[in-house]
Amino acid sequence: MLTYTIRRLMFAIPTLIFISLIIFLLLELAPGDPMAEVPLTVPPEVKQKMREALGLGQPLHIRYFKWLIQFFVSEPLHILSNMTGFNLAGDAARLISWQSRSPIADIIAERIPQTLWVVGMSYVVGVLMALPLGIISAYKQYSWFDQLGTFIAMVGYSVPTFFTGVFLIVIFSVELEWFPSIYDTTLRVVDWDTFVLQFKQMVMPVFVLALYNAAQISRFMRASMLDNLNQDYVRTARAKGLKEQTVVLIHVLRNSMIPVVTVIALGVPTIFGGAIITEQVFKVNGLGQMLITAIYANDLPMVQTLTFIFAILIVLFNLIADILYGILDPRIRYE
Amino acid sequence: MNETVAKNEISSSQWQDVWDQFKTHRGALIGSIVFVIIVFGVIVGPFLWTIDATYIDIRARNSGPSLAHPLGTDQLGRDMLARMIAGGKVSISVGFTAMFLSLVLGTFIGVLAGQFKKLDGPLMRFTDLFLALPLLPLLLVMVMLFRETLSMRFGPETGTFILIVTAIGVTSWMNTARIVRADVLALKELEFVTAARSIGTKPSNIISRHILPNVLSPIMVSATLGIANAIITESALSFLGLGFPPDFPTWGRLLFDAVDYLQQYPERVFWPGLFISLTVLSVNYLGDGLRDALDPRIRGR
Amino acid sequence: MISKLIVGIVTAGLLFTQAAFAGRATDGTVKIIYWQAPSTLNPFLSGGTKDVESASMIIEPLARYNQDGEMLPFLAKEVPTVANGGVSSDLTSITWTLRDDILWSDGTPFTSADVKFTADYCMHPEGGCAQMSKFGGVTSVETMGDYKVKVTFDGPTPFPYGPFVGGESPIIQKAQFESCIGAGAQECTEANFGPIGTGPFVVTMFKTNDVIEMKANDNYRDPNKPAFAKVVFKGGGDATAAGRAVMETGEFDYAWNLQLAPDVIARMEEGGKGTPISGFGPLVERFMVNSTDPSPSLPEGERSTVKHPHPFLSDINVRKALSMAIDRALLVEIGYGKAGKLTCNVVPAPAAYASDANDSCLVQDIAGANAVLDAAGWERGSDGVRAKDGVRISILYQTSTNAVRQDFQALIKQWWSEIGVETELKNINASVFFGGDPGSPDTYQKFYADVEMYANTFNGTDPQSYLGNWVCSEIPGPDTQWQGSNVQRFCDPAYDALHKKLTQTGDLAERATIAKALNDMLMQAYSIIPLVHRGRMSAHANSLGGVVLNTWDSELWNVADWYRK
Repeated sequence: MLTYTIRRLMFAIPTLIFISLIIFLLLELAPGDPMAEVPLTVPPEVKQKMREALGLGQPLHIRYFKWLIQFFVSEPLHILSNMTGFNLAGDAARLISWQSRSPIADIIAERIPQTLWVVGMSYVVGVLMALPLGIISAYKQYSWFDQLGTFIAMVGYSVPTFFTGVFLIVIFSVELEWFPSIYDTTLRVVDWDTFVLQFKQMVMPVFVLALYNAAQISRFMRASMLDNLNQDYVRTARAKGLKEQTVVLIHVLRNSMIPVVTVIALGVPTIFGGAIITEQVFKVNGLGQMLITAIYANDLPMVQTLTFIFAILIVLFNLIADILYGILDPRIRYE
Repeated sequence: MNETVAKNEISSSQWQDVWDQFKTHRGALIGSIVFVIIVFGVIVGPFLWTIDATYIDIRARNSGPSLAHPLGTDQLGRDMLARMIAGGKVSISVGFTAMFLSLVLGTFIGVLAGQFKKLDGPLMRFTDLFLALPLLPLLLVMVMLFRETLSMRFGPETGTFILIVTAIGVTSWMNTARIVRADVLALKELEFVTAARSIGTKPSNIISRHILPNVLSPIMVSATLGIANAIITESALSFLGLGFPPDFPTWGRLLFDAVDYLQQYPERVFWPGLFISLTVLSVNYLGDGLRDALDPRIRGR
Repeated sequence: MISKLIVGIVTAGLLFTQAAFAGRATDGTVKIIYWQAPSTLNPFLSGGTKDVESASMIIEPLARYNQDGEMLPFLAKEVPTVANGGVSSDLTSITWTLRDDILWSDGTPFTSADVKFTADYCMHPEGGCAQMSKFGGVTSVETMGDYKVKVTFDGPTPFPYGPFVGGESPIIQKAQFESCIGAGAQECTEANFGPIGTGPFVVTMFKTNDVIEMKANDNYRDPNKPAFAKVVFKGGGDATAAGRAVMETGEFDYAWNLQLAPDVIARMEEGGKGTPISGFGPLVERFMVNSTDPSPSLPEGERSTVKHPHPFLSDINVRKALSMAIDRALLVEIGYGKAGKLTCNVVPAPAAYASDANDSCLVQDIAGANAVLDAAGWERGSDGVRAKDGVRISILYQTSTNAVRQDFQALIKQWWSEIGVETELKNINASVFFGGDPGSPDTYQKFYADVEMYANTFNGTDPQSYLGNWVCSEIPGPDTQWQGSNVQRFCDPAYDALHKKLTQTGDLAERATIAKALNDMLMQAYSIIPLVHRGRMSAHANSLGGVVLNTWDSELWNVADWYRK
């Protein structure tokens, strides 16, 4: 397993560089213009000058290599310098966002707290809800609990967040005035009062996202449990006189986890991608909102960097999933 | 000669078994009835309810339910019932075709990667690539490259349909592929598969006889989730100018347009929301029943 | 309401409101929401409205426009004119006299060196300054002592108020930006995110595309202002949510640019916590009518170019009928409500420039439109679509994605079907449609469609450069990378000649006459078909006083006067 992991990690580097090239070419090809949001009253020749100031006049391959060097060498050095206080990076150019002309790493650092609070938390809540829900639903198939769970999961998944979010705002912010409709990213939790405020502003977005995540994961959990509950080994285990709890929660659950681990591992990188619609509805202004404004403003360095970090996480978590398969089911072996 | 007859008999009685099992599944039965009603409604609906979904009767705008407009009208006075019917036709056909495409792609890649060790690495890295590609720019590139060619060749409506279905299918197969692969990896080490392999069964037969039937349940779940996903994604695509022309109603778009009017006219959100959920729920139960019916272990009981 | 609030305008450029001020920083926090989030506070680098307006609370120009489009001195003692000797009689230079009592927020004095530096900064060829056109024609900016600046132009400039006037052209501090000039401009994050200014507020925290926090400027010139101690300026979300936060939940005090359907606004107003306000500049929602052939059967590089005239839109009768079939009153009612007015001009404001020669368009005339087409020989075919010599009137109508625009598309498609015109609708994402990417077929400049709808306006009160958009040399095409503002490819030598005359005329009354004539030429050729004169709709909390909506300058132009009721 260790050699497999090391080999995969080695292989990940060329894979990622290839992915970065494809992303770069895709973004180049995509229609769009960093000047799209500049008002029509600014004449075309001025816009052309502005594009040149952004370095858009340079040829494609030069811009790609510049980005590669900035991402893999200058940026890490700059971040290290900031942490240690020694100037290791010299005056190497940083990765700059075209929208704000500020270092991309700083913007991402600014966005991570609210994304982790809201999107990350909702994922944790979603998973914690989905696993017991799926297990009980499968064990008591077609009971009222299962039917209700299925109903809520399906409605939760098929009604989009742009609707559920606004619906919650109308009820809980406009009518009842319990929770704020606009997320305050400047809030720092320092005492009990600020914690209550933070909790209040997180309730609605976390609920919306957690419902969506839980709906998806619980369906896979349920289906996989059902598959395994009918297997011969379950009958054997029961016949051997093992406790029902042991049979279900140890043997069946362990064997059912493979598709669920896959789904969860696929979901973790999307936390970093943020939740574009939910962040917009509740004005959370996390990484999702950053990505979407960058795409609309055609802020190529920002989109490229965010997507590439996302790609790293995908490769990493799919590797973790592959390793977990081997632990869950020792028969699965990779050579 | 005799042999083929015997085979046919076996398979027909197998399908009989499947159907018998399916019938006893109450959820599946209700699900299929609801589903058939919805499909029937959107196909036959336009003949029974002849108001044009794009006809504007500006004086009747924002009116509530009445005999002339059973579901009321929208902000331009277009009949909501007609729009629901027309929208359903698009949403259901897009939802199903896109879901089907993504399932076929995902299952194909997942099974190949799980079954054949040599393909596993390249196929999964390919999946990683697709997972990593930013969706919006990818869709914009697709519109730019293919919209005009497709609408010239197939006419604007079919051209757009093909474009949308492909766009959704091509960008949503990755989860299915990874899930199916994971199941196949575990399955192929089980006794019955290793046994089949040891007696020299061809890989294609192993896949179709032993692997596919056993990865059916995650595929069914992916299918249900996939439909919901496709119906909603379609409405998102119209914002990029990738979707159908703007006066073309779909359930997703009706729902989106109605969100601004949530407080004044809640019924406008209710109908599209209800029908999207109903479709997804009915497909879910259908899938449940189908999976149970196709599982020989359950069928035997 | 405005007249009630404003007692008088004093030449010093200060507004006194009726409310008695308790003094500076006594009214707590004011919370502003813009649904487009500011990405930088340096308007010279971005040019986006959100950036210009958020920065206008911190940095100021020498003079601003008020809500009536009149100039008020801010950092200058008075607005220079020919009459007071500030503008040379040959119209080639303007001399500004600055106030000598202004301090930057760091306590250092504001002088003419800062003004000159601002010009150098924006006019630097490598800086990529978004407001460079404000400095068009400027040959030199010289300081004459500490408080006098002379701007010289390359020729007679009847309207010399481009540099240093209005929210787009504020003064930045020389000491802070000195090292950021030219190519360095891109890397001065600290300065761009926290410019030192002369305005009522000082940045304390800036999170790009998210939120800005500000506090009252201790060195602001009026010791009693601003009334608020703190500002929270939140960005992001959508117009509906912004309106809701002010009018229904009361979480915010001011929401910018609520482009929402009138009944949605009305419902929000019932929330009782805030009031929508509207004001009108020269913004017009219009059709551009393609005078060239956008057919996909033409080879790439020849579509929508002057090589091929349009098969049916080159007939003025067709264009005229298309305009006559539109019920503009209904469009205003459905799409904009209080934020819309009827117009038949592409220059609907200021009043002096608004023509009344085209007012026949105000009333819908389907029968008349049909008669025009009949007379011109366009016969209805078996499918109800008119055709002549095998050319069917089948129109591809494109616009950007936006709820109101899609409603307009549906309505207009129906009206045109009543005059035998077939319409195919297409909507394009705004960032592609308004982006100038020459590789994309869907930009408004490439115009691969028969008609397209969008809104445009001009800054300040002078329409000269706006009317200059439609001279022949501005036609976009493959040779100019599809850049150029004459989007509908209008070309009339008489128009070009008249526009040239406008650039050389100094007398205001005569300028107005020429501008009206130019507007009428465009209207009577039906090359541009105006639909709605759009206003700006914003909303403020009922407890917020002193708000005066201004469409000629930044909306936050008088934020120093805002107070809590």
